[in-house]
Amino acid sequence: MTTATDIAEAQLKRPAERRPDSGRGLLHRTFKPLIGTPVNAAVTLACLWVLWLGIKGTYGWLIARAVTEGGPEACKVGQGACWPFFEAKLRFMIFGVYPYEEHWRVLLVMVLFLGAIGITMIPRFWTKGLLYLWGSVIIATAVLISGGVFGLRHVPTTQWSGLPLSFLLSAVGLALGFPLGVVLALARASQLPAIRVLAVIFIEVIRGVPLISILFMASVMLPLFMPSGITVDKLLRAQIAIVIFAAAYIAEAVRGGLQAIPRGQYEAANAMGLHYWQAMRLIVLPQALKVSIPPLVNISIGFFQDTTLVTIIGLLDFLTTVRTAMQDPAWVGIAVMEGYIFAAVVYLVLSYGMGAYSRFLERRLRLGYD
Amino acid sequence: MRIDALSGTSLLYNLRFRAILYQVVAVGSVVLLGLYLFSNVSEKLAEQNVATGFGFLDREAGFVISQTIIDYKPSDTYARALLAGIVNTVWVSAWGVVLATIIGLFVGIARLSRNPLLAFLAFLYVEAFRNVPLLLYLFLWYALIVTSLPSVREAWEILPHVFLSNSGLNVPSLEWTDAHTAILIALVAGGGLATLVHRRATAERIRTGNERTTWPLTTTVLLAPPLLTFLLIQPDMVLSFPEKGRFRLTGGAQLSPEFTALLIGLALSASAGIAEVVRSGILSVHKGQREAARALGMRDGLTMRLVVLPQALRVIIPPLTSSYLSLFKNSSLAIAIGYPDLVMVSNTTMNQTGQAIEGIAIFMLVYLGLSISISMFMNWYNSRVALKER
Repeated sequence: MTTATDIAEAQLKRPAERRPDSGRGLLHRTFKPLIGTPVNAAVTLACLWVLWLGIKGTYGWLIARAVTEGGPEACKVGQGACWPFFEAKLRFMIFGVYPYEEHWRVLLVMVLFLGAIGITMIPRFWTKGLLYLWGSVIIATAVLISGGVFGLRHVPTTQWSGLPLSFLLSAVGLALGFPLGVVLALARASQLPAIRVLAVIFIEVIRGVPLISILFMASVMLPLFMPSGITVDKLLRAQIAIVIFAAAYIAEAVRGGLQAIPRGQYEAANAMGLHYWQAMRLIVLPQALKVSIPPLVNISIGFFQDTTLVTIIGLLDFLTTVRTAMQDPAWVGIAVMEGYIFAAVVYLVLSYGMGAYSRFLERRLRLGYD
Repeated sequence: MRIDALSGTSLLYNLRFRAILYQVVAVGSVVLLGLYLFSNVSEKLAEQNVATGFGFLDREAGFVISQTIIDYKPSDTYARALLAGIVNTVWVSAWGVVLATIIGLFVGIARLSRNPLLAFLAFLYVEAFRNVPLLLYLFLWYALIVTSLPSVREAWEILPHVFLSNSGLNVPSLEWTDAHTAILIALVAGGGLATLVHRRATAERIRTGNERTTWPLTTTVLLAPPLLTFLLIQPDMVLSFPEKGRFRLTGGAQLSPEFTALLIGLALSASAGIAEVVRSGILSVHKGQREAARALGMRDGLTMRLVVLPQALRVIIPPLTSSYLSLFKNSSLAIAIGYPDLVMVSNTTMNQTGQAIEGIAIFMLVYLGLSISISMFMNWYNSRVALKER
């Protein structure tokens, strides 16, 4: 029987593919695609020009013409990036209106989150232990952010803001949306027509409307749905909306995975006498979820970016705190580019990192090393 | 042996009974939950003395919508205001889809270029737009247009007769009259005729194997009806170009900063996704297909048109549909920069009438309806290009 290692070894031993140019020198191979034909030479020149403009502009703005000291007045006169703005506003942009002397608590939360995400990303740790890890991270997060126990000062949800809030909304949204999404995907693949129809309606309605409308619904209509006397916190309302939205998209990703499992697997599970839940838990889902990991990571990237929409119902996520910093009366109209570029770089680095991870996973799953 | 026969002991072990039981429980709990929520809502609304129902649609709206495609004035009804919002949403999404498709096609092909510099630039473009939230770009484009662009008096002429300034984009426009509609109808008719001619020629080629030159006939039947209509009616073809006046640009059509920022933001962000879709579509066509086409003696253009593109389209269409759908849904971010789309008009309506449930229901239904229509159209198109398996 051929094992995955055999295949990998065979691939390593296979002679290198013959390239048409392989007989020529390195110089030839480097420059042929660049200036092989007149059109290509023109394209190369145009690209060099664009790159040159980009590098010159970035260098000039970020370093050469940058204002490194002084206050808003210096930046108003200067033509480049305004570093004093970051000095004055960095903590506000990241932590928002969370009490200043308690910032260490949310910083610790972010470190915990990043650490847990880092561990989750390593396939060797894909065991049941991860569930306990995330369970304890979530409990620690709740204690640290909210406080009120162990001598920590209580911080109301209205002051939860900035990058920690963006992390929290997307992480909790995905963590709770995932089990819900799996159940929805199973329901959609179910043989019981009524359950299938309910799942299809739920998934398609949520996916057919913009996230804004679900956020609006949660912020305006949810209070009406509750019995009199019960109020739901604004943050919790947004979180519920995000969980529901995430669940519908995760369900579709998992459905793709379920469809990739050959019928024989279901039939073999039945033949062994496993009942439905045993068959799903032990045979079908472990394989289906593995297939759906790359799309799930892409969904996570999308959701991290989509949490910016909560600004429309008045929550202070990272983008909002950056904008608030820019609109501080002392700085208004001075550091517009600085603020947006800072926020863009933070999102870019985090999303690109996750995207690179997703591509790594795809390669790994294709090789079938597990 | 039938499974049912085993279940003599208890009804609970009967598979069919269990299936029915599960479904009854599921539907029952959904219905109960719905009734519970409904009773809460009606209790709350009665407490707050809020009217219910869609009666408000016939009342006078009384608010201004800063820009509309269809005629709207504050004395019109709420229904008309919402319609203006729907048309605005569709308008910006439609232009966004067109622009995003064109840019995405070019960037996607550039990603596959043999020229490493071009491929690298296309890669930078795609990653920069895919990894930063659309909302951030919308705020950024809007801020750039309003604060960094020159005033109208020093507007930049980015293309001949296209001006960009801090009050938006000014483009040439055509005074639309009934005559133009007539010419458009004639053009569509010509298109129909040309398709017919082409189909018959193809059918004949398949039957007899003779290929005849059809393009002179096709072009004639395509262009003759609109040209004849034009000569018969002789309408005033007045193209209105924006001109720089002393204080403002006159003539042409002005696109507001909000519309411009939203359109640029939607088109650029969606184009990055479309570029990836196009790239993976082209990559999915096996190299052997090209080589086989060349072995048959096909020219490069023919190979692309008859062999590569039809196969790439099959892979491209489904993800392209979801790109279009998400562009359409993302147009709802208009509310963040103040372009009066459906969501913003509904929001104003809700604030004025206090009827939140109806307002949200209307715009969710409209989005749902339009999303379903787009995906049905794309599914129909997909089934046309899909692999016909024997």
